[in-house]
Amino acid sequence: MTGTVKNAFGTFARTTSGPVYLVLVVVFVICFTVVTIDGGTFLSVDNVREMLVNSVALGIVAAGQTLVILGASLDLSVAYVISLSSLIGAETMDGENSRMMLGIGAVLLFGLGVGLVNGLIITKLRVNAFIATLGVGLVIRGYIEANYAGPAGRTGDDFRKLGFESWGPIPLSVILLALVVAGVWFLLRYTGFGNRLYAVGGDEQVAKLSGVRTHRVIITAHVLCALAAALTGLFLASRLGAGSPLVGQEATYDLQSIAAVVLGGTYLLGGRGGVLGTIAGVFILAMLDNTFDQLEVNSFAKDVARGLIIIAAVAAYSVRWSKRRRRQEIAAEGGLPPGGEPAVAGGGVAR
Amino acid sequence: MNADSEANGEAKREDRAAPPASTSTKEPLLEMRGISKEFLGVRVLDKIDLDCHAGEVHAIVGENGAGKSTLMKILVGAYEPTEGEIRIAGEVQSFSHPLQGQHAGVAIIYQEFNLLPDRTVAENIFLGRELRRGMILDRGEMEARSAEILDQLSPDEKISPRSQVGRLPVDRQQTVEIAKALSLDARIVIMDEPTAALAGHEVERLFEQIERLKERGIAVLYISHRLKEVFEIAERTTVLKDGQLVDTVPTSSVTSPELVRMMVGRELDQYFPPRGDPEKRGPVKLRLRGAGNDLLEGIDLDVHAGEILGIAGLQGSGRTELARAMFGADPFERGALELDGKEREIRSPRKAIAAGIGFVTEDRKSEGLALAQSVRDNVALAWRGLTRALRREHVLKTSELVEAVELRYRSLGQEVRFLSGGNQQKVVLAKWLATEPQLVIFDEPTRGIDVGAKAGIHDLIRGLANEGVAVVMISSELPEAIGMSDRIIVMRHGRIAGELPPGSTEAEIMFLATGERDIATEEPAAPDAEGPR
Repeated sequence: MTGTVKNAFGTFARTTSGPVYLVLVVVFVICFTVVTIDGGTFLSVDNVREMLVNSVALGIVAAGQTLVILGASLDLSVAYVISLSSLIGAETMDGENSRMMLGIGAVLLFGLGVGLVNGLIITKLRVNAFIATLGVGLVIRGYIEANYAGPAGRTGDDFRKLGFESWGPIPLSVILLALVVAGVWFLLRYTGFGNRLYAVGGDEQVAKLSGVRTHRVIITAHVLCALAAALTGLFLASRLGAGSPLVGQEATYDLQSIAAVVLGGTYLLGGRGGVLGTIAGVFILAMLDNTFDQLEVNSFAKDVARGLIIIAAVAAYSVRWSKRRRRQEIAAEGGLPPGGEPAVAGGGVAR
Repeated sequence: MNADSEANGEAKREDRAAPPASTSTKEPLLEMRGISKEFLGVRVLDKIDLDCHAGEVHAIVGENGAGKSTLMKILVGAYEPTEGEIRIAGEVQSFSHPLQGQHAGVAIIYQEFNLLPDRTVAENIFLGRELRRGMILDRGEMEARSAEILDQLSPDEKISPRSQVGRLPVDRQQTVEIAKALSLDARIVIMDEPTAALAGHEVERLFEQIERLKERGIAVLYISHRLKEVFEIAERTTVLKDGQLVDTVPTSSVTSPELVRMMVGRELDQYFPPRGDPEKRGPVKLRLRGAGNDLLEGIDLDVHAGEILGIAGLQGSGRTELARAMFGADPFERGALELDGKEREIRSPRKAIAAGIGFVTEDRKSEGLALAQSVRDNVALAWRGLTRALRREHVLKTSELVEAVELRYRSLGQEVRFLSGGNQQKVVLAKWLATEPQLVIFDEPTRGIDVGAKAGIHDLIRGLANEGVAVVMISSELPEAIGMSDRIIVMRHGRIAGELPPGSTEAEIMFLATGERDIATEEPAAPDAEGPR
């Protein structure tokens, strides 16, 4: 390995999503080895494509969830938003190709509304995000349970292409996921909103005293998150060909998306992390699922393994962060680590 | 009206360009008239007048709770005044959000920095008003402009706009704060205890930066407890006391004791309880030999029963770290620790409490008390952490304990957040007395406590020592460290820099703390000075 490559690698590993990709590689190697030994195929085009398509729904919600978590908030309503979105979409489309755009529009409008309500409750009524979004989610669940007993509505054939067609070798749905992730990444990296979101999540007081309209930032993040959930509902409706009242809850997209975000190295209390980590987290979960399925592991063992992996990964990031933070504090105070030189800007501080 | 404001706009620009001397005769850049503020009917500011010219440094001094910070928060727009008027360059302003203050050219550098440690210098400087090209952040431009301002402020030591703020030393973080203010085109810069976290040479650098602000025609409001600094840089000084304006005077026309008298309303009270008789001090309670951990190195220390051992040192020198290590919160990893001559390991606060050690922390609100719980619950906190056997041995007598510390309270069921700072500290003390400790560590025991209540805390601490308890007291207020301690240990860079006998001077302590001879502080800090954070 040449020096430059090593340096570039070192720099990458120090970013928040860097270690997530290390975990991704490790999980990949393990899954690949285990499946191959077991006589299955892991790296075939079909299997990779399947894993990617299986990542789409979770990937889109988790990208949205990343935004709210970065802003030190949380959205527990996503699972119900997904279910109702699939129903609204399929019922509005009603099997007609001509009503496709109308259906998409209706769903996005619904997502926008839910996000706005979540954001307003959290900021203006000062209800903790956990409770606010849980409450909104329960309201939506109540509506679903009162009005739907089973699948309803029908998507048109054109719209079903989203779930099943490919552009070249790449499934359309994977392109959708890539667009969402790229969009969120762009938003975080290159817009004022992104910069402010990190600030609000990092320290709301600092953001406020710097003149950031913190409420606006939080509300925007919630709207975007709910829109992502609505989009996921649309995608699932396209896969199913109909709306389903349980599609969101069954896959527990609320907790899964939070797990993916955290597994992706984003700090649950906000201000640190990014969507590239999240998508790596989603892929890690998808590879594990695929491996467990191929090995025909029972679902209990599967859940246990998932849980342990999430905890282990987050514990590793956390230990790493607290060490780093402690050292930063010492450096900031101008203290001297025993036996070392006085900490100077940028240098002398082991990470 | 329109023409007026335009004319004022012109005046502003001229002010900025003109040398400070000629502007001081003009109308002031900032005028605050009759500012009052009430919180829930309690008047915390009463008709304060304050003005500041372009290119002037105007100091604001007063005890804790005098209303300095509230006044400044009104000026920046974080609070709305209950009554009164603010004019900037003649224009009446009314702010209801810090953003409006920013637009009017008011910037504040808080004592506790308003920076995001995880973000870069440029991101911090332009937070909330990012530069864009179309929709996209213009990072290049933000970094270039940051670099330009930073280079002006600190030409010798370049600060990269791409560095992560949390990795910069404190004084450079402060430079970033100042740069942030300048990038706003601030005409009025408020500095709230800017030197609280700085070492001597860093203070000099700050003063150089303030000179540059003056040259640019910026009005600087300088809040500090350290009168020496006030005399060094402020043209005029305003004294506040209990939310009221005492006076505004040219700094050169007063002496430091006069200023203190104006702040306190009486002569500086230098009373401390009499020291213990060194002949009568007890055996060694705690002995450390070569103790160290991540942050401490080579600590050799004896604490005797019945003495008060003072620990002094600058912020970040390892004072609090030493206390935390002795208490097992961040335990020692090397060296030997003996209690009563027996080697012990104290790996957790629980072990420390069981071994008879109490720790009155620096931040009583977050580390010492459960604010929303009753006096009774708080007094029992540490006692509940004892093992069952120890609990049987030391029966909890809450009412006796609160009496012993002379707590003023309404009932044992009263929530401690409704007590004054001094009385809260007494609750913390009662909490430790419940475990009948043999060694009590105090970290800044009188921080944020009124002058009158301080003497009460001092008496209690000395009383503990007189009863044979070994006391370790950290204080960044040098008069307190000197007045209270039987011996003083000075920390520097995580090591013990030296030990001083009782009655040493502040200069001697500062010499050991900084390793620099020229930082002798003949000037006492203000009576209620909050030390470095």
